[in-house]
This record gives sequence, structure tokens and C-alpha cells, in this order.
Amino acid sequence: MINSSTISWRFLKVWRRNLVTYQKIWKVNFITPLLEPLLYILAFGLGFSGLVEKVDYAGQSLTYTQFIAPALIATAVMWNAFFETTYASFVRMYYQKTFDGMLATPLSLEEIILAEVVWSATKAFGAAAIMMTVLGLLGFIDFPSGLLILPIAFLGGLAMGAIGMFFTGITPSIDMFNLPIFLFITPMFLFSGTFFPVSNLPTWAQPMALAFPLYHLVELIRRFSLGGSQTHPGICIVYLLLFAMVFLLLAMRTMHKRLIN
Amino acid sequence: MGNIIDVQHLVKRYDGLTAVDGLSFTVAPGEFFGLLGPNGAGKTTTIRMLYGFTPITDGRLRVFGMDIAQDWRAIKARIGVCQQDNTLDPDLSVEQNLLVFAGYFGIPAAVARVRAAELLYFFALTHKKNAKVVELSGGMARRLILARALINQPDLLILDEPTTGLDPQSRHQVWEKLAALKEKGLTVLITTHYMEEAAQLCDRLVIVDHGKILVDGAPADLIRQHAGGSIIEIEGPDQALRDYLSGNEVACDDLGNKLIVYTTEDAALNTIIREKFCTARCTFRSSTLEDVFLRLTGRELRE
Ligand SMILES: Nc1ncnc2c1ncn2[C@@H]1O[C@H](COP(=O)(O)OP(=O)(O)OP(=O)(O)O)[C@@H](O)[C@H]1O
Ligand SMILES: [Mg+2]
Repeated sequence: MINSSTISWRFLKVWRRNLVTYQKIWKVNFITPLLEPLLYILAFGLGFSGLVEKVDYAGQSLTYTQFIAPALIATAVMWNAFFETTYASFVRMYYQKTFDGMLATPLSLEEIILAEVVWSATKAFGAAAIMMTVLGLLGFIDFPSGLLILPIAFLGGLAMGAIGMFFTGITPSIDMFNLPIFLFITPMFLFSGTFFPVSNLPTWAQPMALAFPLYHLVELIRRFSLGGSQTHPGICIVYLLLFAMVFLLLAMRTMHKRLIN
Repeated sequence: MGNIIDVQHLVKRYDGLTAVDGLSFTVAPGEFFGLLGPNGAGKTTTIRMLYGFTPITDGRLRVFGMDIAQDWRAIKARIGVCQQDNTLDPDLSVEQNLLVFAGYFGIPAAVARVRAAELLYFFALTHKKNAKVVELSGGMARRLILARALINQPDLLILDEPTTGLDPQSRHQVWEKLAALKEKGLTVLITTHYMEEAAQLCDRLVIVDHGKILVDGAPADLIRQHAGGSIIEIEGPDQALRDYLSGNEVACDDLGNKLIVYTTEDAALNTIIREKFCTARCTFRSSTLEDVFLRLTGRELRE
């Protein structure tokens, strides 16, 4: 089913289709990543500064805003990629029958799925680039190491987009995305060392946090923004790569089951 | 040159249900071929197998002499498909629909722009080229789907109910365009529920029911063979007529309040019925493909 003959560079044509449609709405999509970090920094900077003294993280003593700034980029990557391959892909697949149309051309379903996931990573990359610029100007990111956030955001987008696509393959109706969001995305959002270090979790819960791809994404972005992290970046990169690969293959399989019968 | 489509004992089963049950037919180059049948007969399923969307359960299927399971990409590159559902991309404008679709075929952008302009002109959509797809009327949308199916200059055009839901004007316009394409020698496979359309356009057709072929032939031949060539419809028939017809073994369909008599252009029979039995309303007319269709597939409602 999935072999070299079903996947070719032709997938970029589907990616381009998404880019063409995105060009019509990019101005609106620009605003969120531009303003969101400012909002968070403002809220947490003002609201939490009195409550939280300093956060000890990887041998550094950080202000709370310094601690969460890189995580804001990571969570934006997660939301952008995951929403794209769940709600947006589901609409294209089910309501607009876009994939049905594509399947009457020399495209394979595997190429379409790959393109959707790569597109979701592209969107995540775009959001991360804007946020990196904003947070960089505010002094929360070290440069030039901070530039490595960009490829990392793309990699994280692949992982998040792949698991989103997998859920699209198995979710019966669009309202039921609430379930993976509640059971997977929300806990991941809260417990991946985003808003407090994983070391604050009870010992038994810490390995679970390490299984979340968001944990590794946050770690990597912190490493390149602040110069230090708890987990070796090599481990994080390999984990995200494997996660993306495994869920991309699973997504292809579930989508195949769903659409081809 | 070999056949464009060669289908032998084609079977498609969905768990429990046999949608296509041993179809065999061929389509020669340049032929305009019709696939007719009531709702649920298995037309769309057959078409989906032809362009490699649905895997076949059993049998043999060759397009351009190639096997779809192996050479699907080469086959699909040479087919244009107009699906039963509207699969136009609502996120794109009319022209972008053609250009982006051309991209899926790997057609260079400059070539695609020229072809898109030609096709929009051919289908009288040039003035709508920047419109959103949702702003098109049903007829325009159908024409755009046809235009899109031709963007790769296919050797085979597959049309699944291209005129369903169109008003007579739009339908005639589509027929004209299809006739023009046929002139150019394009091979076409079409499904339709408009018998008039099939009779006009198709060189040859099959009528399918429950996944099986009932008849295969040219429309005129089928009308002659299966609907007698001419027909008398008699409303409120009496027992005497029924006795006469069954006594003389005249082919007819009894609908209760109406009898349909297939008279095979038999002048004597015509005269007798006209003089002796036409007490109430009688209609004398030529038989049509619709008569063939109803006679072979029955008059009960499907699904
Ligand atoms: N994906 C599917 N899964 C299960 N059954 C299916 C599927 N697609 C079609 N069928 C069944 O196969 C049969 C043939 O359907 P098909 O769509 O080929 O009919 P059709 O001749 O195109 O009808 P129509 O004129 O209504 O378009 C129907 O009984 C239908 O319910
Ligand atoms: Mg159909």
C-alpha cells in the first residue's frame, strides 16, 4: 500500500493548493501569532510576577515570563498544525470532497495526506516565525541560536500535524474532535513543561510528560532561546522525527481505510 | 489499435452487498459509450473502479491496455473524470480551479494558463473566471467540472451524470459541447438518467441493473429489438383487449389502468387496435430508449 511508487514529489502540488487558498486569508491569520504572544506576556508578566518569584530551569534562574515565552511558540506550533489537519483537513475531505477530486488525477492518497501534514507544518512554521520575531524584539530570545527555532517549529509541526491527520482518519464526525482535544491535546498543553517545569510534577507522572511531543518541542525551543534545556536536544529531535514518521504512516493507513473501500 | 476500456467479469463487493456483479464490456477508440441503469445499479461503482478510486474485488480491468493496479498513475494522467458529486474546490476561484487541477497533472503553469483560457471560452465561462465557485449556477458549475476534466487533454473522458439537475437550456448546451468533443474523436464513457441524452449521444450503450448487464448495443438497434419500434398506449383498457392481445401473443406491459402495446410497426395490428379497442384514450407513438429501459429494468421504484 505505502511504497515508493505511491509517494512522489507531486505531493508539493497539493501543498501549493493550500498555499494558494491561504494567500487569500493570510492577513487575518497573521494577526493571531503577532498579538497572541504580546497578550500572554502581558497577562503573565503583570499577573504572575507577584506570585512566582523565579523559575529554576536547567541551572538558570528565570523570570516567569522568560520561562514561558519559548513555550508560547511551541504551543502555537501545536495548535496551528493540529487544527489544520483535524478541522481544516476534515472539511476538505468530507464536506468539500476536495480529496475525491484529487484522486481522479495522478495523485495518490498517500501524497495528499503527506501534503496536508507538510502544509500544517508550514503554517506552524509561519506562526512560529512571527512569534519568534515579536518575542525576539522583546528580548526573550537569544540570537543567532534563536533562528534554529524555525526548523524546529517545522519539525514540531510535522509531528503535531501527523497525529492530527491520524485523528481525522478515525474520527466519525467533525464534532467528535472534542474527544482527542480533551483527552490528548489539553493534557499535553498543560503538562509538557509549558507553564511549569516537568520536575514540579509527581515523580510517577514525569515519564508521561516526556512522551508528549510538545514536551520535546518546548525543550528544543527553550534550548535555542535561552541556551539551556533539561533534555539533550538530540533526543528531542529524534523523538519528534520518530513521532512524526509513525503517525504519518498511521494517518495514511487510517485515511486509506476511511476513503478507499 | 486496441480497446480503450476492456472490462471482463468485473466484480465489486462491499461487505455483503454485490454492487457490480460480473460486468463485461469494451469501449473502442473514438466511441461514445453509455452506461445506463436505475439508481443503485452500480454505475458509479464501475466508474470509480475504472479510474482507480475503488479497488476491484474480482475480474479484469484494462484501460489503454494497462492494468489499473500497476499503472494507475499513467492511466489517470490520460483520463478526465467528471464525478457525480460536485468536487470543485470552493476555496479557489473558477480559473484557479483549472490551474491548480492542472498542477496535479504536472502540467507547466504557462501551458495550463493557455488551456484554462481556451476551456473557459469553450464552456462560456470566461466572464466568470474570477468568480468564486459558490457563486456559479448549477449549470455553470457542471460546465466548469467538464472543463476541469479536459484540462489534461485526456484520451478518455468519463462522465458520471454530467447533466443531472440542469435546466433544458443548460443540458442542451452541454450536449452540444459533448457532441463537439465527439467530433474531435474523443472517447467518452457517460452515465445518465436522461434516455434522450443517451439515445442522441451514444454510439453504443449497456443497460445495467443490480450490477449485471441486461443489454448491449446501439440505441436504435436496442429500440427496435426491445421496444418494437412503435407503441400504442391505451388508457382504461377493457378485458376484451387484454384477451385479444394475449390470444395473439402481442408483446405488452399491463400497468392496470394503462396498457403499453409494442406493435413492431405491424400495420394490421395497429388498425385492428385503433378500430376495435380504442374506446378511451389511445396514443400512437414511436418507441424510445426510455421504453427499452423501463421494459428491461421494470417500473418499480429503486431504494
Ligand atoms: N462505499 C460504499 N460502501 C458500501 N456500499 C456502497 C458504496 N458505494 C456504493 N455502494 C452500494 O453499491 C450499490 C451501487 O451503487 P452506485 O453508486 O454504483 O449506483 P449508481 O448506479 O451509480 O446509482 P445512481 O444512479 O443512484 O448514482 C448501491 O447499492 C450502493 O448502496
Ligand atoms: Mg451514481
